[in-house]
Amino acid sequence: MRLNWLTQFAQIIVVLALAPLLTGVTRKIRSRLLRRRGASIAQPYCDLLKLIRKEVVVAENASWLFRAAPYVIFATTWVAAALVPTFAMGLPLGAAADMIVIVALLGTARFMLALAGLDVGTSFGGIGSSREMMFASLAEPAMLMAVFTLSLFAGSTELSSISSFMLGPHAGLNISLALALVALIIVAIGENARIPVDNPATHLELTMVHEAMILEYSGRHLAVIEAAASVKLLLYLSVIGCVFIPWGTAMAGANPIAYVIGFASYLLKLLLLGFLLSVFETAIAKMRVFRVPDFLGVALMLGLLGTMLLFVSKVPR
Amino acid sequence: MTSLESDIAHLLAGSMVLVSFLLLYQDRMFALLNFFAIHACVLAFSVGWQAYLQRAPHLFITALIALLFKGVIIPVALHRIVVRLGIHRTIEAVVSIGPTILLGIALVGLSIIVMLPVTQAEGAFVREDLAFALSVVLLGFLMMITRRNAVSQVIGFMSLENGLVLAATGARGMPLVVEISVGFSILIAFLVVGIFLFRIRERFDTVDLQALDMSRGETSGESA
Repeated sequence: MRLNWLTQFAQIIVVLALAPLLTGVTRKIRSRLLRRRGASIAQPYCDLLKLIRKEVVVAENASWLFRAAPYVIFATTWVAAALVPTFAMGLPLGAAADMIVIVALLGTARFMLALAGLDVGTSFGGIGSSREMMFASLAEPAMLMAVFTLSLFAGSTELSSISSFMLGPHAGLNISLALALVALIIVAIGENARIPVDNPATHLELTMVHEAMILEYSGRHLAVIEAAASVKLLLYLSVIGCVFIPWGTAMAGANPIAYVIGFASYLLKLLLLGFLLSVFETAIAKMRVFRVPDFLGVALMLGLLGTMLLFVSKVPR
Repeated sequence: MTSLESDIAHLLAGSMVLVSFLLLYQDRMFALLNFFAIHACVLAFSVGWQAYLQRAPHLFITALIALLFKGVIIPVALHRIVVRLGIHRTIEAVVSIGPTILLGIALVGLSIIVMLPVTQAEGAFVREDLAFALSVVLLGFLMMITRRNAVSQVIGFMSLENGLVLAATGARGMPLVVEISVGFSILIAFLVVGIFLFRIRERFDTVDLQALDMSRGETSGESA
């Protein structure tokens, strides 16, 4: 029992510590693929440090909400990331909160971000918030449908149970799983403002969504929001890794070597998924904002189809 | 049949439904043709896998026909025709993509509701195979209804026919499968010839089938 809590605390620290590194690595790989040298993979840490040291400038008509929002966003995202079994199963908090809670926590973060974008009353923030909500109205149900598919398949909404089920003998190749995987990937790309949906590295005013909402932030507020964005990317990749590449994760109460192996395999999974993400991003062009609902609608459709096809296929029990 | 073998069969049959949806989603001519080729290839793999599972050599012939004719020859021929007709631009769908996809999902739901009670006595695999096949057929119909362009309607028809072949292979002990498959292939060839008729219809400067409505005297008022 104590070991489980120890794992949980280690996990809370690990997700926060690794998140900027993951961002740095994906940026590095992308630069390399574009035949640029790219910044060091530790650059996101330096950026965060720099932002924390800087003075905070807040617009005159900003309310308390504007100041509170970054911390709420960061806290909810961090808690959500701590619920995903990354390198070991049997997290005490994971038993208390399932995947639906994770979706709800991310929804809360998005709600606060959209409110913060509207708070100051600049036109960019408003555009960003309205677009974010437009995308969210499709991305969130798509995520939920993928969660339902997985839960119906594995018989549980809890991530470590799903992950253990996937390791077990009953899980085989199933078309619904494939559909859920593709839906999750599309949602992950949309939610993390990656390339076909939004470009994280640009401030081109006509296309930006995420950057438009946080345009008014500076100093430690911006640092906290950037950190939350990194944690969110890590969270999505961890969920995909934990459900679809479950091998190597340490079981609850295993010996220390299993934990070391679990950690190493987790790093490998992140590296692999980050690499695939970078390759995908360099291979594709950004789509028009009004094409994005079609793209996310496909995710919703796949999730729905996956759930329906589960009723046709025999679920192994 | 081990569990992995039936899993692969299930995956292949399910992919047919998925590729049917991808066909509905495409609004470019060449992408549509490419996805039709993929549709036929998945069908060929599915039939081939069934042939292996059922130890039925004649199904290999069906798979080969699907791969060769529908996977290679017809897409390439259509590709050429599209280039020659100069219609390699956007397809105008009568209903836009979002509602079409939703309709498609409703059709998949319908086919599941219809198929599952009817095939209660059959084995699990035959049941899901028939449900998938009916979905593919209905999605093919949907494609024919929602598209105006003659070429995409032909593709809708051929994807429908792929669904029929899928249904025929799922039901065991059907010695006539090969004949049926060849029969339908001839039908397709007939439709491909139909495309050449549309070339003659270049007089209308379009393969948009609404032009036909005009010559039939249906929509004389508004669109003319």
